[in-house]
This record gives sequence, structure tokens and C-alpha cells, in this order.
Amino acid sequence: MNEPILRVENLHAVIAEDGTEILKGVNLEIAAGAVHAIMGPNGSGKSTLSKVLSGHPSYEVTDGSVWFKGQNLLELEVDERARAGIFLAFQYPVEIPGVSIANFMRTALQSQNPDEELDIFDYQEQLLESMELLEMDRTFAERSVNDGFSGGEKKRNEILQLAMLKPSLAVLDETDSGLDIDALKVVSEGVNALHRDRPETAFLLITHYQRILDYIKPDHVHVMVNGRIARSGGPELALELETSGYEAFRGETAAV
Amino acid sequence: MPSNEMVADIGLEEYKYGFITESEHVFKARPGLSAEIVREISRHKGEPEWMLEFRLKALEVYYSKPMPKWGGDLETLDATLDEIYYYLKPQEKMERSWDDVPQEIKDTFEKLGIPEAERKALAGVGAQYESEMVYHSLKKEWADQGIIFESIEDGLRLHPEIFREHFATVVPVADNKFAALNSAVWSGGSFVYIPKGVKVDIPLQAYFRVNAEKMGQFERTLIIVEEGAQAQYIEGCTAPVYSTESFHSGVIEIIVKPNARFRYVTIQNWSHNMYNLVTQRAMVHEHATMEWLDGNLGSKLTMKYPSCYLMGEGAHGEILSIAYAGDGQHQDTGGKVIHAAPNTTSQITSKSISKGTGRATYRGLCKIYDGAESAKSKVECDALLLNEDSRTDTFPYIEIEEQSATVGHEATVSKIGAEQLFYLMSRGLSEEEASAMIVRGFIEPIAKQLPLEYAVELNRLIELEMEGSVG
Repeated sequence: MNEPILRVENLHAVIAEDGTEILKGVNLEIAAGAVHAIMGPNGSGKSTLSKVLSGHPSYEVTDGSVWFKGQNLLELEVDERARAGIFLAFQYPVEIPGVSIANFMRTALQSQNPDEELDIFDYQEQLLESMELLEMDRTFAERSVNDGFSGGEKKRNEILQLAMLKPSLAVLDETDSGLDIDALKVVSEGVNALHRDRPETAFLLITHYQRILDYIKPDHVHVMVNGRIARSGGPELALELETSGYEAFRGETAAV
Repeated sequence: MPSNEMVADIGLEEYKYGFITESEHVFKARPGLSAEIVREISRHKGEPEWMLEFRLKALEVYYSKPMPKWGGDLETLDATLDEIYYYLKPQEKMERSWDDVPQEIKDTFEKLGIPEAERKALAGVGAQYESEMVYHSLKKEWADQGIIFESIEDGLRLHPEIFREHFATVVPVADNKFAALNSAVWSGGSFVYIPKGVKVDIPLQAYFRVNAEKMGQFERTLIIVEEGAQAQYIEGCTAPVYSTESFHSGVIEIIVKPNARFRYVTIQNWSHNMYNLVTQRAMVHEHATMEWLDGNLGSKLTMKYPSCYLMGEGAHGEILSIAYAGDGQHQDTGGKVIHAAPNTTSQITSKSISKGTGRATYRGLCKIYDGAESAKSKVECDALLLNEDSRTDTFPYIEIEEQSATVGHEATVSKIGAEQLFYLMSRGLSEEEASAMIVRGFIEPIAKQLPLEYAVELNRLIELEMEGSVG
């Protein structure tokens, strides 16, 4: 196994506003190029984990550590984490009226490399290729970010950003929710193509259902219950969940 | 003379264009206002007797009207009115060729990017340096079409009949206290005449700046668009920083005759001590269209409500307004639409941004007279607040006398959302970049109506103003 790029140890986090503890000692290691899935019932803390990794201001880390590519991730600001190579595909992508996707992506890419002027032609080409991969119309680039998008369009737009920004670790927070089967296939195939193209990219899929795992094959599956990872295993764990449900895992505490 | 490096050294919150160019004023009136000053102005300009009488009468009206008690705080201005210079004239003569323009004035223009604009062949640059046009070029093809684009003084001198027929018919002397003041001491501005049926694609542009401490600038612009004609006029201006109060009070009068179409674009970025009290009004006749696109940045207080008087059946008026109120600034802006004929339509779109202790007020009037059958008006105002202290108010006055009229009003207030910031920052944008991007998106519906170079400049100005606004 490769040296892990992400190491989460005993991570505890609370809602900053009222102190409610959501993460209660999460342990997780992800190696470069590995595909992990975290499954869990509603309220288990799996989406919170993704937000805490990205530095969402609504949560406060109270204990534990997160190391990402040798850096103490918890000391970095949201934008610094992004530039270090963490990408979060949002469950509910945010609307930015009046800002085109093309403009947004150009600014984001430029921020990764502030000292060197982005080559606008290379950029255009890359954007069009990525849009083609996700079966998006060219006119999409000129639309305002997520403004008036359907649920499926929003999720595709997240994967488009993933394709453009080329992170070391992509966290996909319930990317499958709200997608019909055709859209799910397109999005999944897009993710698979990106992984083939850059095999060193690690993925963390956060999902409620097993469905997306029919299309994106995980190397490791974790079950999260009540703010902790209750059990970890291979792809077969997802199938087990499908038949037995989450109930069997409640109260179970696992070593990773 | 300060160098460009010095300009760059001015802090983030300082006014970017706050450099001062020394200049020798050929004539400088005494500070303060009197009938004698008004006579001197008129004598200096070699005006006909009727104009002198007009000015003197206006001065009396000005004295007779009280300071407005609404809008912004005018007390400080009121206390310093006697210290203001009401007239300055940098050169004796109007310059025709760029080569004849003195170097120090060229330097000022260069800092503002005027020669660049010229290089880009942006056509007809009329630049107002202090109170009078010093450089005014007009493309030959326009002259061949019979278009007149002159300084207001030359308009009066060379085209006395057209001038007198229209002057002060849109904004009468007694309209308001500051219109009366402008009528008494006006100096500089443009005179534009678009003959019947003539359509001009390239916008006519005036670029000017105020450049003497305690100088009131009272520019006056008169634009006549004859039947079926189409044109666009763009005015942008920047002013240098001074520690004492400064005062600008212009009057813009526009007549859009039947089936004509006109657009007046202003991007104003005044230094932060400027009182900017402007009357902008258009008379819009049958089936004609008038559009005001008004961007207000800087100044201490701006009170400006571009107006469309829809006088003929089917006339259409549109007002797009952007205001940016930074720390300590008050932008009291909006628009007025007066429906005085059937089937007239209008739309006011206002967007304001308040930062720090800045205050943005939307003040609008929609008046529909009895008999303006099936008139339609739509008002939309959106405010964006950048900080907790920022403030916005909305005063939409609606007066409807006509049963068949339709009036819609929508107002929204939003704050830069934590979720929006998180989303953009999670893609690698710094908090400042993310905020600037949200603001750019907010004004985009108006910025996209501007010619590209002005949209770029507007975005750049707002970015400069936003620096240091977060964190």
C-alpha cells in the first residue's frame, strides 16, 4: 500500500454555533489513487466529515488531527486546503448569480498558480474537453454558476470543476442524490475517466445508497454510524449493507 | 509633480486617481458667489445678453430656495459654500489639435488613460479639464452627417438658435436649488445635436476631471436628438483627492424627439470628499426611447436621480443604476419616471453595494398621470451588503392617477453569504477574490450593458474599492 495522502486520527468536531458533537473520533487513512466509500444513515456525520475536511466555518474541530500530504490540514484556511489539493463536490452546490462557469473556473485555476499567467487557449481547450466528457453543451460555460440549474446539472457542474482542478483527493458528498439513472451513469463514467487519466487521484465517495458503487468501484468501504466509523472492509461490505441495512451496525465500534 | 510611483504608494483605501497636477489658471475668480461673479463668468465667456440675464435670474432663484432637508446630509456643504470657487478657466482658448494641448494637461490625461482611449479610436473625445473643454475632437464622418458635438460654450456661440430653443426647457431654472445654482454659474459640458434620421453606432464620449481645490464644477450638457435619430453618449470622470470639501453640481438636459433613441451612460468615480448633486432629465416624445445607465462610485454624498419624462404616446424610458457606497459614503440614487401619455412604458433597475459604514439609498419616483392609459412601469432594486455595519434604504414613491396603469415593484436585500464564500474558497479563491467575484456577479446585469472597456473599468474600480474589505 502507498503512503497515505490523508490521515485522520481521532477526529472530533462540533457545530460551532451550539457545540453539538457530530464527529466522535473518526479514524481514516487514504492512499494516493485509492477509492474509498463512506456509507451511513442520515445524521451519521458522513457529510459533516467532508465539510470538516474542507474547512467549513460552521464546524469546529475539538480533538484529533488531520494530515494531508505531510501538512497539518487543520491549520490551513479553506482556500489553502483547496490549493493543497483537496476538492469537495458539494451535496448542495451554491448559486453564484452573474458569474459564468468559464470565468469562475479560470479564476480558480489561476489561483492554483498565481505567479504564472494562465494560458487562455489551453484553458479553453481543457474546459471544452471536460464538458464533452460529461456530455455538457458548450453553452453551459457561459451560464451563471448553478443559477437556475436542475439538480442533475448542478452535480455535473461539480464533476466538471473536479476535472478542471485536478485535485489529489476528491471528496464527493452524495453526488448520486437527486440524479436519475442516466445522469448517474454519465457522472460516474466521468469520474472513472478522470481516475484512468490521473490514477494517482484518490477518491472519497460519501453516499447513503449503494447505487453509485455499481458504477464507481471502491477499493475500501467504511460504514459510518453515530459520528464514528463502525466498520471497514472491501467492496463486499456495500453489498452486505444493501441486504441487511444500517441497523446491524449501530452500536458497533471498529478498528480501522 | 508627483510621479506614478507616488500614485502607486497611496494606500489601498485611498483614492487611486488622487494625484495633483500643478496648473496655472489664466483666470481665477474669487471664492464665493455674487452677482458680480456671475457677470464676470458671462463676460469671460463673451455671452449674449440673454444668457447673462438668465444667469442673474437663476442666481436669485438659487438664493430664494432653501437647502433640501431630504436625501443626504448637506450641512457641511452649506457651511462651506462661500469658500468655493465658482469658476476657473485653465486656458484662454479651446484646443483643436492634440499637439496644441499643454504638456501638464496631457500628463493628467495620460494618468487617466485618455491617450489610450484615443489610440483605440474610441472616437470623439471631448475632455473637460476644470471648467472648460480644452480638447475636443470629432470624427470627420460625424461632422459630415451634420452631427454637432461641441463644448457647451461653442454650442451657444456657433448654434445660437438651436441652443436657445432648447436650453433650460427640460430642467427649468426653478426646478430645484442646485439646478438654479448650475443655471447661474454653469461652465463646461457638452452640446450635442443629432439631426433627423441620423444613426450613430460609436458612442460619443466625454471624459473629464475636476482639478482645483474647492472648485465647484457646474457643467451643463444639452443634447438634442431629432426625429428617428439614434445615438449614445458616454461620460466617465474621476477627480483628485483633497482634504477639504468639494462640490459638483451638473445639469444634463436631453430631448429625444419622436421615434428617436438615445442612451446616456455615466460612470462617476468622485474623490471621497465630493458632494455630487446632479440633475439629469430627458424629455421623451412619441415612440422614442431614452435609456440612462448611471454608475456612481466615490464621493461623500451623491444625490442623483436620472429622470425620463414620457411625454408622447408609446414613449419608453429605462434607468439602470449602480451605486457603490464605501466607508463614510452615502449614495442617494435611483430614478424618476413620469408617465404623461398613453401606452408609455418604463423600467428602473437599481443595484447598490454598501461596504463598511457605507450607506446606499434607493430613491425613486414613478408617477402616472390621469390619461396615461395602459402605462406600464417596473421597478426593481437590489441591495448587497458587505458588512454588518453597512446600510441600505429604499424609498420607492409611486403615484398613480390612471386606473389602467400597471406598476410593479420588487426589492431585495442580500448579504454576501457564508455558503457562497465557502463554495468559492473551496475552489482555491481567497476570501477577497471570492467576495469580489460575488459583487461582480451582482452588478453583471448592468455591467454587461456597458461597452467592454467601461465594464472592465467599472469592475476594476469596484475591485480597488473592495480591497481590504474583508478579513
